Amino acid sequence: MKTISELLVILISSSLVSNVVLSQFLGLCPFLGVSKKVETAKGMGMALIFVITLSSGVAGVIYTFIMVPLGIEYLQTIVFILVIAALVQFVEMFLKRFMQSLYQALGIYLPLITTNCAVLGVALTNVQDEYNVVYSMVNGFATALGFTISIVILAGIREKMEYNDIPESFKGMPIVMITAGLMAIAFCGFSGLL
Amino acid sequence: MTNNSPQERLYNGLIKENPTFVLTLGMCPTLAVTTSAINGLGMGLSTMVVLALSNVFISALRKIIPDRVRIPAFIVIIASFVTMLQLILQGYIPALNAALGIYIPLIVVNCIILGRAEAYAFKNPVIPSLFDGIGMGLGFSFALTCIGAVRELLGAGQIFGAQVLSLSWYTPVSIFIMAPGAFFVLACMTALQNKIKINGEKKGKDMSKIQSGCGHDCLNCSDTQGCKFYDTTVKAETKTEEVSSNENN
Repeated sequence: MKTISELLVILISSSLVSNVVLSQFLGLCPFLGVSKKVETAKGMGMALIFVITLSSGVAGVIYTFIMVPLGIEYLQTIVFILVIAALVQFVEMFLKRFMQSLYQALGIYLPLITTNCAVLGVALTNVQDEYNVVYSMVNGFATALGFTISIVILAGIREKMEYNDIPESFKGMPIVMITAGLMAIAFCGFSGLL
Repeated sequence: MTNNSPQERLYNGLIKENPTFVLTLGMCPTLAVTTSAINGLGMGLSTMVVLALSNVFISALRKIIPDRVRIPAFIVIIASFVTMLQLILQGYIPALNAALGIYIPLIVVNCIILGRAEAYAFKNPVIPSLFDGIGMGLGFSFALTCIGAVRELLGAGQIFGAQVLSLSWYTPVSIFIMAPGAFFVLACMTALQNKIKINGEKKGKDMSKIQSGCGHDCLNCSDTQGCKFYDTTVKAETKTEEVSSNENN
């Protein structure tokens, strides 16, 4: 039971309380760049959930079973970035070859993820917080879920905002930033959850 | 100032192609660590060290690294320097290391560094690349320190930890040192920049270099030239670089 309650705490804290974009500022590029339509925002979110969960697991396994026994923990940054870059390439090839329907849905988002700092950020946080492989995967999933929630909400607001009269200099990025800031205030409210 | 001279490179990075204000690159650390001026400065200088060293190294190895594997090679070189920096900070400036936390290793994925490696260091000799790295790094530090100072001033009434606005009459707006404040400050700065751009265009000046306020729809974007996210970064940057070097000639 203890494990399950701990996992639930990780799930809530990583997805809502310390939201990856709105309170940690990781993965801002896709957050701003792919949030114009709810449909594409959803696709991006799904692709990120897939990649982050997988890469947290793989990075966790490599860290626990290869790097710790060899005593080379200090190489984590180099190893993780290479693992993630290779993994994204591999996932893309695998999906293209064996799972056409999933590739159709997520394929276009994968190249946008390779250098996403959220992926590396989660892998490093997992090590910092000394999570084991299962915890890492749950943390990865929760983080990406938080990303999906916030990007879909932002896309929804942006779709409505299309019809609004915005001051000339605030058009484009500034108004999106203001919206994100207001969302961040709203997400601050979740800190009472834990 | 001749093209590629040290002074020209420093000026280019600090003012003309300031990575934060003009190119809007590396947004994640810009928002995350600027809770105070000193944190902003620390992050900026850390990035500058990595940028200068990786530029030198990549430039020195540019004839050896095969074209096809250059991006992985860049990433390994950058990641090595970041690891070294992290260990040095842990050992000698633990306070800064604790304040910046996870954002130190995340310098690896800062697109300014990879962007400069691809757009400049891989094509130019060692000395100009060094100064390009220092210039861009100084520009980044300058921008981060400015944003940090604004947030610290509004959020705590302090600059570099010194009380500037007396608490007897100023109530700090603490939201500015929290996460939402980062978005608001950057939004206002970008809006200001848009204003300058619009005014300049009205007067008939060429403001195409200031890359703020794109529509932000990367999937259906036809204007890859002006873009600085993702893979297109590289192409767009190279083009700007070529244009600017043509202008200078």
